[in-house]
Amino acid sequence: MSLSLDEVRRIAALARLELSPEEEAVLPGQLSAILDYVRQLEELDVSGVEPMTHALASGDAAPLREDEVRPSLGPAEALAAAPAREGTWFKVPRIIE
Amino acid sequence: MSGGGLLQLSLLELSERLRAREVSSREATLAALGRIEATDGKVGAFLAVTADARAARGERLGPLDGVPLAVKDIFLTKGVPTTAGSRILEGYRPPYDAAVIERLRGAGAVLLGKLNMDEFAMGSSNENSAYGPCRNPWDLARTPGGSSGGSAAAVAARQCFGALGTDTGGSIREPAAFCGVVGIKPTYGRVSRYGVIAFASSLDQVGPLARTVADAAALLQVIAGRDERDMTSSARPVDDYRATLEAGAKGLRIGVPREWLEGLEPGVAARVREALATYERLGASLVDVSLPHTKYGIAAYYLIAPAEASSNLARYDGVRYGLRTAGAKGLRGMYAATRRQGFGPEPKRRIMIGTYALSAGYYDAYYLRAQKVRTLLRRDFDRAFERCDVVAGPVTPTVAFRLGEKVDDPLQMYLADVYTVTCNLAALPGLALPCGLHAREGVPVGLQLLGRPFDEATLFRAARALEREQGPLPPPRGLPA
Repeated sequence: MSLSLDEVRRIAALARLELSPEEEAVLPGQLSAILDYVRQLEELDVSGVEPMTHALASGDAAPLREDEVRPSLGPAEALAAAPAREGTWFKVPRIIE
Repeated sequence: MSGGGLLQLSLLELSERLRAREVSSREATLAALGRIEATDGKVGAFLAVTADARAARGERLGPLDGVPLAVKDIFLTKGVPTTAGSRILEGYRPPYDAAVIERLRGAGAVLLGKLNMDEFAMGSSNENSAYGPCRNPWDLARTPGGSSGGSAAAVAARQCFGALGTDTGGSIREPAAFCGVVGIKPTYGRVSRYGVIAFASSLDQVGPLARTVADAAALLQVIAGRDERDMTSSARPVDDYRATLEAGAKGLRIGVPREWLEGLEPGVAARVREALATYERLGASLVDVSLPHTKYGIAAYYLIAPAEASSNLARYDGVRYGLRTAGAKGLRGMYAATRRQGFGPEPKRRIMIGTYALSAGYYDAYYLRAQKVRTLLRRDFDRAFERCDVVAGPVTPTVAFRLGEKVDDPLQMYLADVYTVTCNLAALPGLALPCGLHAREGVPVGLQLLGRPFDEATLFRAARALEREQGPLPPPRGLPA
């Protein structure tokens, strides 16, 4: 199967990725080759097989802790690496035009 | 400048020479430590000199006390730049330490630095690092493997005495095999992932790389165990790995998956078969087992890992940390422009594949099917472990390949993971250790040992038995001794 450029652009938009012209030239072919390869899973009969949704067997998981307040990062530490901030907020470009 | 002369400088005089690079911080620190040792018996000024004084009093914190180590740049280190090999995190200084970093510091280890890696741990050659490739100390024209390429290379090159890496589909075991060192991916849940930059959360696991099996066991002993900040960290007690390390191979049942030796490159196959013969000679029995779904491992992995990655990497949006690209229009424009500039080609490919596999109309056909195949892979192993204690085979289909050999063909690069991904998908522990040099290529070949969940102790025991019999590899010949 092959992914069209339009489909690649649609996926990029969903993923909030902007693609360069070079990427638009190579990605449809590369992604199609990968999808062709993973499609060999279709050979397998998986009817009646439960999906493995947890990597840890239930007996190995730890019990949940009490839901209580614990110390965590303060605003200054949490904001320290932000590209832009104002007061105790992360600052982002205008959302509503 | 002699150590004695250095010590006569004032603080600001020293600072000036450090700035001018006439003196290194290391020289200054060693000079001061030497002076303390020579004089403090008379002066008594110091109550504690980290590591050394404890050692002198016989009060060492444990085997890592004072030992120089280094860690993959995927672990958060408070105040120390942490990039995960990506431009999108260039200059990022985390506000806290990862759980494993706390453990190492608490054990007295000296952390020398952060190690090169494929961007966001996505790769099998370290060539996807945004900060330039890392090279194999055995042959500088070859890759060290990936994604923990810097960890394996630094240990092989004797730049540090041990290192930590992470393994999502082989990222500890493959580079360990390529560089001739020991590496273990513990059972999912054995080591805390708190403060580890996430790639594929149902597969990621932290583990050590070291020059000997006993070293790797000592490192895992320190980092393993329950951490309540990681929901998936298991409460199971951690075995005492040293207690069974020297128990030998006698009586072990070693499963040899028939699917793993078919079509294997002959030079790699030769060393793996020799290792299996050695086990037999040491009193282990070889058991023929079948892992019939092995050939579907890569396909399942390259759906599940990108799907989880596309979700985990959504957080790099130019808002809370890392890069923000200026000049784009509006919030959405800023997100897309930042991600275009900050991510390299491999994370972009995986985000695209993962987004596609999770998108409306495709979820059942791709992601859900892959999770069902994951169940089939786990059943393969459950059946095999009814008849054996350890599964043994190759780590990689070939020895270390050359830089540039596979960079233009992502699918070829993925196929290098054929023997390693099933261990992560089935959530088992897996260890790689050297089993000699390739006869024609002259670089290391690795043997992989897989165990039952949480049975790392048996992997160490089996690995140590082979290591003792075959002796150490010579030092890597790509570097001066």
